[in-house]
Amino acid sequence: MAEDGINSFMTGPDEAGRFGIFGGRFVSETLMPLILELEERYTFAKTDPSFWAEMEDLWKHYVGRPSPLYFAERMTTHLGGAKIYMKRDELNHTGAHKINNVLGQIILARRMGKTRIIAETGAGQHGVATATVCAKFGLKCVVYMGAHDVERQAPNVFRMRLLGAEVVPVTSGRGTLKDAMNDALRDWVTNVRDTFYCIGTVAGPHPYPAMVRDFQSVIGREVRWQLAEQEGEGRLPDTVIAAIGGGSNAMGLFYPFLDDPSVKIIGVEAGGKGVDDRMQHCASLTGGRPGVLHGNRTYLLQDADGQILEGFSISAGLDYPGIGPEHAWLHDTGRAQYVSITDTEALEAFQLCCKLEGIIPALEPSHALAHVMKIAPKLPKDHIIVMNMCGRGDKDIFTVAKHLGFDMKV
Amino acid sequence: MTRIDATFQRLKAEGKKAFVSYIMAGDPDAETSFAVMKGLPEAGVDIIELGMPFTDPMADGPTIQLAGQRALEAGQTLERTLQMVRDFRKADDTTPIVGIDGLIVVDLPPEEDSELCLPAKAAGLNFIRLATPTTDAKRLPTVLQNTSGFVYYVSITGITGAAAAQAADVAPEVARIKASTDLPVIVGFGIRTPETAKAIAGVADGCVVGSAIVKMIEQKRSVADILAFVRGLADGAHRA
Ligand SMILES: Cc1ncc(COP(=O)(O)O)c(C=O)c1O
Repeated sequence: MAEDGINSFMTGPDEAGRFGIFGGRFVSETLMPLILELEERYTFAKTDPSFWAEMEDLWKHYVGRPSPLYFAERMTTHLGGAKIYMKRDELNHTGAHKINNVLGQIILARRMGKTRIIAETGAGQHGVATATVCAKFGLKCVVYMGAHDVERQAPNVFRMRLLGAEVVPVTSGRGTLKDAMNDALRDWVTNVRDTFYCIGTVAGPHPYPAMVRDFQSVIGREVRWQLAEQEGEGRLPDTVIAAIGGGSNAMGLFYPFLDDPSVKIIGVEAGGKGVDDRMQHCASLTGGRPGVLHGNRTYLLQDADGQILEGFSISAGLDYPGIGPEHAWLHDTGRAQYVSITDTEALEAFQLCCKLEGIIPALEPSHALAHVMKIAPKLPKDHIIVMNMCGRGDKDIFTVAKHLGFDMKV
Repeated sequence: MTRIDATFQRLKAEGKKAFVSYIMAGDPDAETSFAVMKGLPEAGVDIIELGMPFTDPMADGPTIQLAGQRALEAGQTLERTLQMVRDFRKADDTTPIVGIDGLIVVDLPPEEDSELCLPAKAAGLNFIRLATPTTDAKRLPTVLQNTSGFVYYVSITGITGAAAAQAADVAPEVARIKASTDLPVIVGFGIRTPETAKAIAGVADGCVVGSAIVKMIEQKRSVADILAFVRGLADGAHRA
């Protein structure tokens, strides 16, 4: 399949930025010239060896790539079925996969002569990564963060401020990631000359979904050679699994395997309190329908009149009513499967991972791990699952303590 | 010919500039919103721009965001908005309503024309496009191509209700657009006073005021007060 472009899943998006009917460029005229310029500059950078040389150098010496591919032996034994590997992107500098993408966008911003960087953040991981790289390059950094998230991710707010970024709490809407993204876009429309908008996931108008995917694909590319090194030449994973907020860590892991039909691909959405008509979840593919938000067409949580609904999840990083357009397309074509995991299931996986593997995972990948716990026991011992451990849990210990009834003030 | 086209023809014959006022349908509730809307033509409004409340209006500042939230909380829906227009039309069959006789869809650029813009035009509606300070000479023809009714020039880079528009900055931009189209050019964003309305309308074919009017609705001012304020703005624009 990989050799013949016609049946490839890796050729998208088209010139209009579409993956099937999803994606596109739904932004105001003020921003249109900016995203066209960005597309032009990114298209050039993508084939410029000096751009990638700069990325490789920073990935290696600043981020600490490649991240290990780790055989989770006790988890495997405990579940008694498939062989479980974890892609350890939580070991990256700043503690999540987010920095893979931020480096790419900031290097591009510097090449475009931009001096002010803005970003939206949910869990704060993208904000921290952006503040970090801005500090390294001496760029001004403004991070929009929902007021509700400022509260539940307090350690990351302080981190960003230490790194010299201005954190703007967003009070519109319910004060979560969606609202932060609205305000970041409003800032960009206002400050068009000097500002670069560094989007943290595979959403937004074209070229962002493709660009962020390309930067995050380092994850899946590493998994390919690392697994071959550990399991023998040519051995591919049987299943790859990742959690989905906007879908960047998932696209990063999935993309290099899209044209390997033997590899089963599973995305895990946040099921919150359960995927039903109470709509207390963030499972856009399972509980939403197509609409336009934040510059692209995708599956969205919305009411009958097209008004966007506020999702719900214990995990700030997954609390988004949409999903990257490429996932919407992979869902509709059937190439990838999408499931959901509730808050309770994610909390169980979180604790099990701490105890069995000595790894405190972020709540986001805990969702992916919870699905691994569901399917692994029923799979044969030679079935290899690679899950993306895309973030560490330091930022979440307060939230988890609260849910477990543990008083942190002692 | 749409009601919008007919209105511009009349204004041209009278040698007058157009005054366009924006309100949010259903803000703060269906009844008040309808009372304000009904009074607008009498207060001197040539074209009514009727906003549809949306949870996530990317191009709007806090004033219009809150207006949308108030309307949604009061239960406004697309169907209720259409009913409001049907009721309006019982007494007024000439005042154009942007949102009904023509569409402004802020985040639908010409690159995405095939789905809505072209079918709307085929159905006899105007499709009014925004040109902005970032629309350069290379891009302007693309923006103008399927535009009809009028061209809406956004006076600032920013969101509604933000910075104040300056006639001196706007004049050359309007001239630049008028050199490429015969359509009227109407200027909006950042106009709050009768003086600015006059100054801006003076360098274009008319002007739009939104947030300043919506702000009065937010402050729970009486319908009479709101309409008196609108009259002042309309007089300003018409004196240009
Ligand atoms: C550790 C971690 N994982 C996942 C996500 C969700 O984003 P995405 O789906 O783009 O990977 C976040 C977002 O904040 C995060 O911090």
